[in-house]
Amino acid sequence: MLNARRSLFLGSMVAAAILVTGCGKEEPKPAAKAVGAPKTEPLKVAFAYVGPVGDGGWTFAHDTGRKEAEKEFGDRIKTSYVENVPESADAERVIRDMATQGNKLIFGTTFGYMEPMLKVATEFKDVKFEHATGYKTADNMRAYDVRAYEGAYVAGIIAGKMTKTNTLGFVASIPIPEVVRNINAYTLGAQSVNPKVKTKVVWVNKWFDPGKESEAATALINGGADVLLQNTDSSAVLQTAEKMGKLAFGWDSNMTAYGPKAHLASAIINWAPYYKKAIGEALKGSWKVETNWWGMKEGAIDVIAIGEMVPQDVKKMAEEKKAEIKEGKFNVWTGPLVGNDGKEVLAKDAKGDDKFIAGIMFYVRGVEGKVPSNK
Amino acid sequence: MEQLAPLIAATLSAGTPLLLAGIGLVVNERSGVVNLGAEGMMLIAAVAGFAVGFATGSPAAGLIAGAVAGMLFSLIFSALAIGLVTNQYATGLALTLFGAGLSAFAGLSYVGKSVPFKTTFEIPLLADIPFFGAAFFKLHPMVYFALLLTAVVAWMLARTRLGLVIRAVGESPESAHAIGYSVRAIRVGAVAFGGACCGLAGVYLSLIYTPLWVEGMVAGRGWIALALTTFATWRPWRVALGAYLFGSVTMIQFALQAEGIEIASQLLSMMPYIATIVVLALISRNPAFIRLNMPASLGKPFHP
Amino acid sequence: MLRLEARPIPSTLMGYAAPVIALLATVVFGSILFATLGKNPVAGLTVFFITPLETVRGLTEVGLKMVPLLLCALGLALCYRSNVWNIGAEGQLVVGGIVAGGVALLASPASIPGYFLLVLLAGMAGGMAWAAITAWLRDSFNANEILVSLMLSYVGGLLLLYLVNGPWKDPKGFNFPYSKTFDAVAMVPKLVPGTRLTWGIVIAFLALVVIWIFVARSKAGFRLQVAGHAPLAARFAGFSAREGIWMSLLICGALAGLAGALEVAGPLGQLTPQFSSGYGFAAIIVAWLGRLHPGGCVFAAFVMALIYIGGELSQSRLGLPAAITGVFQGMLLLSLLTADTFIHYRLRRV
Repeated sequence: MLNARRSLFLGSMVAAAILVTGCGKEEPKPAAKAVGAPKTEPLKVAFAYVGPVGDGGWTFAHDTGRKEAEKEFGDRIKTSYVENVPESADAERVIRDMATQGNKLIFGTTFGYMEPMLKVATEFKDVKFEHATGYKTADNMRAYDVRAYEGAYVAGIIAGKMTKTNTLGFVASIPIPEVVRNINAYTLGAQSVNPKVKTKVVWVNKWFDPGKESEAATALINGGADVLLQNTDSSAVLQTAEKMGKLAFGWDSNMTAYGPKAHLASAIINWAPYYKKAIGEALKGSWKVETNWWGMKEGAIDVIAIGEMVPQDVKKMAEEKKAEIKEGKFNVWTGPLVGNDGKEVLAKDAKGDDKFIAGIMFYVRGVEGKVPSNK
Repeated sequence: MEQLAPLIAATLSAGTPLLLAGIGLVVNERSGVVNLGAEGMMLIAAVAGFAVGFATGSPAAGLIAGAVAGMLFSLIFSALAIGLVTNQYATGLALTLFGAGLSAFAGLSYVGKSVPFKTTFEIPLLADIPFFGAAFFKLHPMVYFALLLTAVVAWMLARTRLGLVIRAVGESPESAHAIGYSVRAIRVGAVAFGGACCGLAGVYLSLIYTPLWVEGMVAGRGWIALALTTFATWRPWRVALGAYLFGSVTMIQFALQAEGIEIASQLLSMMPYIATIVVLALISRNPAFIRLNMPASLGKPFHP
Repeated sequence: MLRLEARPIPSTLMGYAAPVIALLATVVFGSILFATLGKNPVAGLTVFFITPLETVRGLTEVGLKMVPLLLCALGLALCYRSNVWNIGAEGQLVVGGIVAGGVALLASPASIPGYFLLVLLAGMAGGMAWAAITAWLRDSFNANEILVSLMLSYVGGLLLLYLVNGPWKDPKGFNFPYSKTFDAVAMVPKLVPGTRLTWGIVIAFLALVVIWIFVARSKAGFRLQVAGHAPLAARFAGFSAREGIWMSLLICGALAGLAGALEVAGPLGQLTPQFSSGYGFAAIIVAWLGRLHPGGCVFAAFVMALIYIGGELSQSRLGLPAAITGVFQGMLLLSLLTADTFIHYRLRRV
């Protein structure tokens, strides 16, 4: 009651990953609305959300994906959800109840549901489980996540060109690999066009508290940062930048309306393609255990609504980088990569694989401070 | 020095919602009633004010609507805790639960909407003074209003007949009743004032501080405001001190992080809470200090 | 016009009838609420009050949810009876869970059987230590316990966040803020095999009996309440308010800490950043709803557990938003409180 019970974990993927080779290729074209096909029971699909669908951020984005999937498959599926499911002992009960209710495909949209889902998955062999942002899988449970860092990198390119103080700011939520990755990607993107850039980071230790996010943004601006990005849920950082005459980005969804003068672009997550793929596979019977880590290539990540104040050449650079990432020609984690303690992490031209990316828990050179509670 | 002026300005803005709610709750509690529903009233007001601000395009209309919504919502509490002498603590908590749910439900269609209100302000001439201008004179009018309200409430409680009556009702409702005052009417009024102030605080958050509506956006500030009333020993100016102290420590820990200080951010985030405890312990050492101000009948039901 | 009139003695009849009246009122209001939302009122009410109790699994889940609510509420009721306004059971629960988790992390398969008892004791010690800070500041510095215990709840939450992000992070957990899972020997044994219900529920009811006897029968329990309610009289009789502050807070801390230990070493089996679903705060309502009486707390904890679980079910079964659950819960609580009024008062036509 005192705390917004919000805590979600975007997250790391698999280490020993079998990854992603070509998972965008077979975007299922759901067999066109079965004309005259025999009427069968709809597939029941359930979603467990960590926040309220009205959070305007993480859970909102998942629920938008759910609705789009529902539109796509019509009466062939029946979806339901439970929101505000805390990552406490409550999660297992909710997920088990979904399974007993005849749901055959269950999505858990936060890292903290990993252990509960595994426990329930062993009990319900005929139910398929999909866990967002985790790394463990089972015979009937697979993991999925998005490469949000690709969006952060492209935002960084714009930020690096737009900053006047060569100081960027990042309002960070909870120190998990995902967030640390995004801080680094933002910084690397900026340094790719402006080597002088450094990044200041403020952690609010919450996923969601517009007031605190705004206060953190104010502290960054007072400290000299003039282009901000955030890995928290609300539009407060952008609004604060607008108020204080600085620049910022939208995150998760298009936030232009919140700060038209400050809004450089929005790095968005779109879960719909993945939900359509997963549900389509379950309907066709082609669902199999794998780990899906989707990025720009699969349409899960994008940087959109680039603002009027961004000069054409910068806009072009951002668009070109997006195209390169989409075609798989560019890897954000390409050496030489140096940590902010001066140690080289990746040698020149070495590319970080998904195992490397999952384990990023250090700041790259140019980010100030150190990752909280990292020894 | 260069960073001090913006730090002061940020502190004043951050402390304002706590001050607005805290002042209302002081009056509320001086009449002998504890309303733990502050968080719920702030949420209801935040969404109501946002809705009206969004529909009318007028921030003033939104602010008034928020205050009215907070006041109306407090009447539920009054009906039960004062009218039917239910337990004040439990009723307040139930009100918070109710308000959180109702605001979330009512606000669903406002998620993702924005209000294009003016965000920068300055007081002519004064704003141009070096340092002081940036620190004190470029703030939203509500920041000054909160201070004005503090002054008015301090004066009202200490110097006016109304203040005397409110305090008498909080100290000894039986005596106040005996000399002919309607204890319940006065308490309902004080709770309504508390509700209106909490309402202003809530709508300050959703229309001014971070102009947006999302579920649960008050994020515990109602509880901090409640804690500040005891911190302040129910004195208005000390509420202001507490609110700005809390705000400043919050801002300072963020500023330290922005400077790249190598202390785990979770530990830094504890600072506002620990600072409040330490200061409270220091100022409370003199027992008379607390006891003289605490309304003697705080939290106790009164039935004529 | 009707007016409320105090009864000369509290009505025993109403004492039992009040909860029933409140439930009936909730049924009426709830039906209106569900009907306005276009849902079948019968289905809505069934989901809240019957579905959670239909299966053995459901019953065990209600029991599991009751444990922390009941333990915290017992401690809080004791505090409130002695006039100590502790609202920080949440912090005491969290720190209890932290210390219990610390001890549980030390366990190995070679540890002595019954190691989990050590874990539970550690949880109680942790909760007591956290509550002791509030008691000490109140006793030595006269610092208001409402503020201190509340602020310490936030600090406890951040401490947990620090530990699971740093020193206690599972080295094999891909840098996620979770501790290692505890060894089986550190876990509270299951009460009903195949479900999640542990011996925790038995322990909670044992605590209930102990507290009940303490309050109703023991001299210390009596002194505690006298010291809380009539400090002057108490001083004449030779007991001090200080005793009341320390004793009630330490007992509450121990119970809340035990609740935390039972969560982490029960259904969870590891330290996670959010292992409490706000039980310490919800227990404040439970304590008052139970009229600060140990027996009442059982009933209240049961009702709270039911409406939490019913809230989840109403989403998945009926597609109601979680927000409606809050509205419904608030309504139920407000009706219960209102009905309680009529134990001590009656309506009279004036």
